[in-house]
Amino acid sequence: MQLALFWIFSILMLAFALGVVFLRNPVSSAMSLVMTFVALAAVFVTLDAFFIAVVQVLVYAGAVMVLFLFIIMLLDLRAEKQRKVRPSAWLGGGLVVGGFMAAITQVVAGWPALHHTKPELSDPSFNDVAGVGFTLFRDFNLPFQIIGVLLLVATVGVVLLSRKELK
Amino acid sequence: MPTLAHYLLVSGLLFSLGLAGVLLRRNILIIFMGLELMLNAANLSLVAFSRFNLLPNGLPNYNAQVLVFFIITVAAAEVAVGLAIIVALFRAKQTTHVEDLNTLKF
Repeated sequence: MQLALFWIFSILMLAFALGVVFLRNPVSSAMSLVMTFVALAAVFVTLDAFFIAVVQVLVYAGAVMVLFLFIIMLLDLRAEKQRKVRPSAWLGGGLVVGGFMAAITQVVAGWPALHHTKPELSDPSFNDVAGVGFTLFRDFNLPFQIIGVLLLVATVGVVLLSRKELK
Repeated sequence: MPTLAHYLLVSGLLFSLGLAGVLLRRNILIIFMGLELMLNAANLSLVAFSRFNLLPNGLPNYNAQVLVFFIITVAAAEVAVGLAIIVALFRAKQTTHVEDLNTLKF
């Protein structure tokens, strides 16, 4: 059952990721990206990471993609549809991606420790959000505060960047 | 049951698709979407490692999930700043096609 769910959502995710790369219309690419993120959240659920799955849907499929679609509609991008991809780009992209996948398959195939199934959890009804929260606020408190400063800096930067006259 | 190898291969495929998007597409917005795909592939590996390497108390290793949380936050900030830069670029040059942006080319 779990294997079937894993394959369904992985194949869905990879199919929509293919759509992101190969669809010509930027709006179709963005909608495929939303579906990729939702399928990835489902894959997170098969790994018992419920909090991360919810955050994935809220932040990525919600906030980030709304921003993307908003910008696509702000800029009028219809003229971009006709352009062709150069053959040298196809060749370079194919070589780099093929080499990367070959390296990963080689490593995964030659490492027997990776081929065990999931170990059983000691407490099947564990509280996922409490675990993430305790780790975040106890062991990673300083990075958490720094990330708050980073968000503030990003907000100020975006407001400055999107003013009409850049000095 | 899926093994860690399954998850790592799916994550590698997702990363390759993002990389292909960055290398093949010439629209700066699609390049940005490829970057997001690559970040998500890294997140998938981290969550898989967290579930397959349990702590001594038999629960997932939450350090990896907190790192994923930080990656999602940084990615959101990065998207906001990047899209603001793209809008500023579009105002100046009227294009989102990377081959039209060759002012810095030697």
